[in-house]
Order: sequence, then structure tokens, then C-alpha cells
Amino acid sequence: MVQLEHYLAVAATLFVIGIFGIFLNRKNVIVILMSIELVLLAVNINLVAFSAYLGDLTGQVFTLFILTVAAAEAAIGLAILVCFFRNRGTIRVEDVSNMKG
Amino acid sequence: MTVVDFVFFLFALCLLVGGIFTVVSRSPVHSVLWLILAFLSGAGLMVLLGAEFVAMLLIIVYVGAVMVLFLFVVMMLDVDFAELRAEMAKQLPLALVIGLVLIMQLAMAFGSWELGGGVAILDAPVATPAGTGAHNTAALGMLIYDRYFLLFQLAGLILLVAMIGAIVLTMRHRRDIKRQDILQQMYRDPKKTMELVDIEPGQGLK
Repeated sequence: MVQLEHYLAVAATLFVIGIFGIFLNRKNVIVILMSIELVLLAVNINLVAFSAYLGDLTGQVFTLFILTVAAAEAAIGLAILVCFFRNRGTIRVEDVSNMKG
Repeated sequence: MTVVDFVFFLFALCLLVGGIFTVVSRSPVHSVLWLILAFLSGAGLMVLLGAEFVAMLLIIVYVGAVMVLFLFVVMMLDVDFAELRAEMAKQLPLALVIGLVLIMQLAMAFGSWELGGGVAILDAPVATPAGTGAHNTAALGMLIYDRYFLLFQLAGLILLVAMIGAIVLTMRHRRDIKRQDILQQMYRDPKKTMELVDIEPGQGLK
């Protein structure tokens, strides 16, 4: 019988994989953005699992908002990336130092 | 082991495998494809939990829109990804340490976790709260359009701002191509650009 703890364990593992990915691909902004999506997916699974096992739909409403913000973040992030690549010809993270002062 | 258990473990396995390969695979295109697998499995888990609307939204919004956006960007940018990947081995120890520390912290937090008073964890997931006979989507719609209406509008506003921001960031004005200038066309005066000449028969233009 699948319990709430199973879902929490899966979500926690996915969260850690996402954070691991951020640190593993420190140079590659695209994979960092994908790792952030993984982290947000883990959070969504957590919210939906709690919502279903507590019999309260509020968690799923919050999932909707997280989805919205994640989609907006991905769009803006990729737009910045395209803009940066057009100007500099690279997407290496350590080259992003124009505003260092 | 019931069918539901089997499906749960299948989806969970696909989700974690998809996540891991998203992070470690060599080419970003493969990363995007593994991420699509992860999102589809996550949607499957949500269907198992009875949250059909969120699952479908995940498939439509993420797999249908965001992942296609990622694919476009990955394929359109001419980046030497092999060079970016070459330094992955150098980052591996730090990343492993941080991952281990994080998972230990999560385990410790889970060990000392107690449910707050007044709520009880059900034995099986429910799609809608007890008492309402509506489906998951209908119940969610009543909640969104009633109690969380302002927040819902705010979410739409966030999407609008994101859309405008993305357009403004990526639009570029190239000077070396010809463009249609509608105002200039409208303000063009026929008297200045056109000349009427009365030509006598048999004479032609001088």
C-alpha cells in the first residue's frame, strides 16, 4: 500500500537530484535552468501528495501558482540567455560579469 | 503488491532516472528529453494521487510549452557544449557533498516531523474533499474562481509580465534590412511624389 511517506521520499530524492544538478553543471546555464525545473517539480509533487492525503484541495491551488511562476521564470531565463548569447557568443556563467562595477 | 503499487514504483523509478540523466547526460538535447520523461512520470504520480487537473496541466504547460522552448533554445544556440561538459568532473565532489548533506538534512527533518493538531493523514489519497460530489477539476475550479480569485488574476498578470519581458529582451532592430514604415506611408503626399503631365498627341515626352 502506497503511503504519503513514499511520495515524500520520491519528492525529496528528486529535490536533491535537482540541487546536485545545479552544482554539477555550474558552467552551463541551460542545464541549471532544467535543474531548477526539477526542484520545482519535486515541490509540486510534495504539495499534491499532501493535498491528496489530507483531503484539502488548497495544495493543488498552490501547485497551479508554482507552475505559473516556473513557466514565467523559464521564459524570462531563456530570453536572457538568448540575449546574452547574441551579445557575447557564449553562455559560460563566469563570463557574466558585465555589471561587476 | 497491487497494481497501484506497481504503477507507483514504475512512475517513481522513471521520475528519478529521468531526473538523474537530465543532470548528467552529455548533450543538452538529451537532457531536455530526459526532463520530458521526468515530467510525464510526475504527471503519472499526480494522476495516481487523484489530482487529474494538475497532472494534465503539467503535461500541457511543461511538456507542451516549456520543454519545447528549451529545445528551441538548445538547438538554436551554437554553443560548444563539450567544452562546458569537460569541467563536470571537477565539480563532482562538491556536488556530491552538497547532495549528501542535503539528503541527510531532509532525513533528519523527516525524523522529527510531527503532524500538526487537528489534521489526520488519510489511508488513501482522495481527489476531492469529502462531502462535495464534484470531480477534481470542478472542485478545483470552484476553489480557484471563488476563494483564490485575486491570486488567480495575479498569476495571469505574472504571465503577462513574463511574456512582455521575453519579447522585449529578445526583439532586436536590425538596421541593414528594409522595414515597412506605416506612418511614413500614410503621410506621403501625392502632390510631392506625383506629377501629372499632359502629353500632346504625336509629340511624346520632351
